[in-house]
Amino acid sequence: MGPTKRQTLRRAASCAFPYTLPILAGFLFLGITYGIYMNVSGFSFWYPMLMSLTIFAGSAEFVAADLLLSPFAPLQALLMTLMINARHLFYGLSMLDRFRGTGRKKLYLIFGMCDESFSINCTARIPQDVDRGWFMFFVTLFNHLYWFAGATLGGVFGSLLHFDTEGLDFVMTAMFVVIFLEQWGKEKNHISSLLGLAVSLVCLLLFGADGFLIPAMLAILALLSTLRGPLERGGEEA
Amino acid sequence: MTLPQQFITIGMVVLGTLITRFLPFAVFPAGRPTPGYIRYLGKVLPAAVFGLLVVYCLRNVDLLSGSHGLPEAIAIAVVAGLHLWKRQMLLSIAGGTVCYMLLVQLVF
Repeated sequence: MGPTKRQTLRRAASCAFPYTLPILAGFLFLGITYGIYMNVSGFSFWYPMLMSLTIFAGSAEFVAADLLLSPFAPLQALLMTLMINARHLFYGLSMLDRFRGTGRKKLYLIFGMCDESFSINCTARIPQDVDRGWFMFFVTLFNHLYWFAGATLGGVFGSLLHFDTEGLDFVMTAMFVVIFLEQWGKEKNHISSLLGLAVSLVCLLLFGADGFLIPAMLAILALLSTLRGPLERGGEEA
Repeated sequence: MTLPQQFITIGMVVLGTLITRFLPFAVFPAGRPTPGYIRYLGKVLPAAVFGLLVVYCLRNVDLLSGSHGLPEAIAIAVVAGLHLWKRQMLLSIAGGTVCYMLLVQLVF
């Protein structure tokens, strides 16, 4: 007898939850910071609450706060968002196969594919007896809830909170370093990992913190495309 | 900005985010075979993207002034050391973060 739907869901949720614990810490902190930022910018808690639910893309939401305080320029808002979130195009290309066969959940998996959801869903070793689709669904849902809760709390209690949590935002950096190391351990050669680091560093030096993301992505795409022959051959030999 | 203008602005940010997330799935639907080049990208991109994300997290670190990126460098070494030693994701992340918080609050 196969497991009931309820057992499947519970199994997937309890398997997904530990993976999201670092995000719980990171998103509550960042979300609260974002809510406070909106609060001191003069917006009621409704704004961070609704924006965290509907946008669910951290850096774009911080920029959206600036956009709301500037003169009305909808096209510029759209273009800014496309540029900031262009890295999601990469995520989508990487997840085409992994999201296959997940049914209607797929729409939500794509909608909620922030950096953190993508990273976990892309690298997690999901046990055989856990439903893949539901695992990824719960990872996304938990992250969404953390972000929503943080942003709302920050918006409501913004002015009352006192911080001695300086440096807690490093939790995100630490998480990406660990995920990078996990990926490093799994791959046959490290060309793509090293290329990602090196190209991003060079572009950061050349274009500065605010403008390096797009050139870095284009350069990574161009170099990986050029290296397709050798990289694919190398993969077969190993 | 009036309230409708604010709604339109937020709507544009929502739309932009949706486009970047749904576009690959719309261009390469599940029913049809994905071109070899795109499948190749799906395989090699994640590793490069994680490198990009690490640099992205550190983009505001100033090596020339302030603490010269030392707290970040030490904390990342702690994360990597813990992870190579125990391979416990949560332990590595928590250890590195606590280390970083102590460094920026007490030392630097």
